[in-house]
Amino acid sequence: MRTLWLAVALATHAPGQVPYERILKSAAQPENWLTYSGNYQAHRYSTLDQITRANVHQLKVAWMYQIRAHHKVETSPLVFDGIMYISEPPSDVTALDLRTGRPIWSYRRSMPAVPVCCGQVNRGVAALDDQLFVGTLDAHLVALDLKTGRVRWDAKVADYKSANSITLAPLAVKDKIIVGIAGAEYGIRGFLDAYDARTGKRVWRFWTVPGPGEPGHETWPGDSWKTGGAPTWVTGSYDAESNLLYWGTGNPGPDFSGDGRKGDNLYSDCLLALDADTGKLRWHFQFIPHDVNDIDANEIPVLVDAMFRGQPRKLVLFANRNGFYYILDRLRGEFLYAKQFATQTWAKGIDGKGRPIPNPASAPSPEGSPVYPDDDGAANWYSPSYSPQTGLFYQNAREQGAIYYLTEAPYEPGKRFTGASRRPIPGEEPWGALRALDAMTGERKWEFRLQTPPWSGVLSTAGGVVFSGDMQGNFFALDAVDGKLLWRLQTGGGIWANPITYMSEGKQYVAIAAGSAIIVLSVDQ
Amino acid sequence: MRRASVALLLCCVVLAAQDPAEATRKPVTTPEDLAAGERIYRIQCAYCHGTQGEGGRGATLARPRLLHAPDDQAMFQAIARGIPDSEMPGHWFTAREIWQVVAFVRTLGRLAPQKISGDPASGEKLYAGKGGCARCHTVGGRGGAIGPDLSDIGARRSVNYLREALLKPESAVPADFLQVEVAARGGVRITGVRLNEDAFSIQIRDLSGRFRSFWKSELAELNKQRGKSPMPSYQGFLTAAELDDVIAYLDSQRGAQ
Repeated sequence: MRTLWLAVALATHAPGQVPYERILKSAAQPENWLTYSGNYQAHRYSTLDQITRANVHQLKVAWMYQIRAHHKVETSPLVFDGIMYISEPPSDVTALDLRTGRPIWSYRRSMPAVPVCCGQVNRGVAALDDQLFVGTLDAHLVALDLKTGRVRWDAKVADYKSANSITLAPLAVKDKIIVGIAGAEYGIRGFLDAYDARTGKRVWRFWTVPGPGEPGHETWPGDSWKTGGAPTWVTGSYDAESNLLYWGTGNPGPDFSGDGRKGDNLYSDCLLALDADTGKLRWHFQFIPHDVNDIDANEIPVLVDAMFRGQPRKLVLFANRNGFYYILDRLRGEFLYAKQFATQTWAKGIDGKGRPIPNPASAPSPEGSPVYPDDDGAANWYSPSYSPQTGLFYQNAREQGAIYYLTEAPYEPGKRFTGASRRPIPGEEPWGALRALDAMTGERKWEFRLQTPPWSGVLSTAGGVVFSGDMQGNFFALDAVDGKLLWRLQTGGGIWANPITYMSEGKQYVAIAAGSAIIVLSVDQ
Repeated sequence: MRRASVALLLCCVVLAAQDPAEATRKPVTTPEDLAAGERIYRIQCAYCHGTQGEGGRGATLARPRLLHAPDDQAMFQAIARGIPDSEMPGHWFTAREIWQVVAFVRTLGRLAPQKISGDPASGEKLYAGKGGCARCHTVGGRGGAIGPDLSDIGARRSVNYLREALLKPESAVPADFLQVEVAARGGVRITGVRLNEDAFSIQIRDLSGRFRSFWKSELAELNKQRGKSPMPSYQGFLTAAELDDVIAYLDSQRGAQ
């Protein structure tokens, strides 16, 4: 009787399939991919080594899944316990059987017309206990039953009518779901939120544009803070030891017109370190005070413990859209180092404290000002990869500039609020490259040239292989040490997604979204 | 009833721009509307479509027919709802604002008529005969495939532009036109026009019109001759009067009506 009672109690209160501790110890189970970047440190690196530089040329398609929606597919799948979980644009979720690729269930959300700058996209889901979490284009956070896809709760995060939207994969930390917001091309006021995973109640909110009386508010004249942007639309990372969340913020609004918001415009273009329990700001580092080029700092903060200049340090590595690779102390936010990794003209350099020396000629003007990179950046939301095996930081770099013409920027809710129009630089043929940087110096070890600026993330593995893709539909594998091409597949659709890897029934697989398809590949043993 | 009211309210608030009565109303075209449309365009649309509709991240709008907006109703819907499978978002303009933008965008596709002295009929003979234009260009589905299709060139380009293109072809190379010269391993050199390219391969049409595909690993050389054109200059080859005739003929090519 007692045994039965215990069993019932366990069934009722069991934390479910994916307790927090399981995500925390993701390194102990490389067969699964439990969180957006593979681990909380956001390495997008796997210790799986069945697929190697020696056999990757035998990689073959195991199965494909075709998504019905005709939008860019930016999803990064989660995989555990025999099932792959993907988001589909605009904000749907599907569970796929790992063995066959057949769908098990789908969550389909009816979507109103939401103003979004850059496509009706979604980058993935988060899992915690027995639930799955998806942020929606109409700015809700939805909890789904892991087994059925049925809605457990649906929380309104913000008002989509004023162009708040959610495109990122949420991050599950302890008993909370962290979710960021997009919409800085429409004059939103940015924030980062934490929700109780069980109830959907908001636990804390950190406004990335401080209101009256809050520190940093003085960096916004008049009412400019109300439309200040600083969105949080790329999934951050988490350091359990210090209990800090690391999250990048985007551009101030209006994007290109700074006259109405003179000042540093905190906390736009920042890396934030927030207490995961309370949302309190521990430190911030602003890459670009008073950005007028819509450069953003919405990239992946990569957490590494390493020897830096002879000292063991807890570091955060950050390949910024602005063209510089940064190394910061992640406990104090101290600037340690920056090195340029792609063409840039917006800054004349970075001073000893990490503050840029702006190039006034790059600010948008009525007659037009060229600048590198363009507002899509030298990097973007797509993930880099850090390999502890090679000590290299793999980053897809975009080599593209543009000319910006200053225009008016009247604010109306739900309408574009950018303050410039843009033209390509005449005669320029934009290109890109996958670059391997020494993680501790930013020095380029090799590059693999791409036809056009990429939108694909990078995965590296202990098999000595780096996977990535390009806009022409090539999914390819390079030697992690020297960048030599080992394998490629023409998938027929541009790649706007991050690769992952996992094991199923004793075999290693690699998965990528290309065009409208999820493609899963393996090597026959 | 409550649900119906909510739904009705949503229609009014969210989809005001898609109210059928508003969406089918005759487009506004007063000078004030055009000016208002231009102002909205400059701020909201030019970012992607270019200040003159020349395109960029968004489609080129400075042409008479638009793929997703063959008529004004379709353009209204494209602006209001966005275009699936593209980065064109829906917009929260009022119906009037959308019509103002539609009216302005249509002006981008209409180049002011310029006076032409030549004779189109004579120009057609020169085009097919002495000029040899049809070897490389297509008009009305006939002709070569090396150069751009000229079937609607009169609607897309000004007379001044056409004259310049005939006299100095390399001053008028379209942005997506790239002449390439490849040397295959083994020594064969081929000049052609790039059809497509990725990191691993390139597809070209050689100057005889033949399709060729190469893995880059098969090539000893790949020269991209940006700004170059296989088109000869007609300076001195056609008389001034003949040139006017050819321009008049090209200007008369407005595509299928």
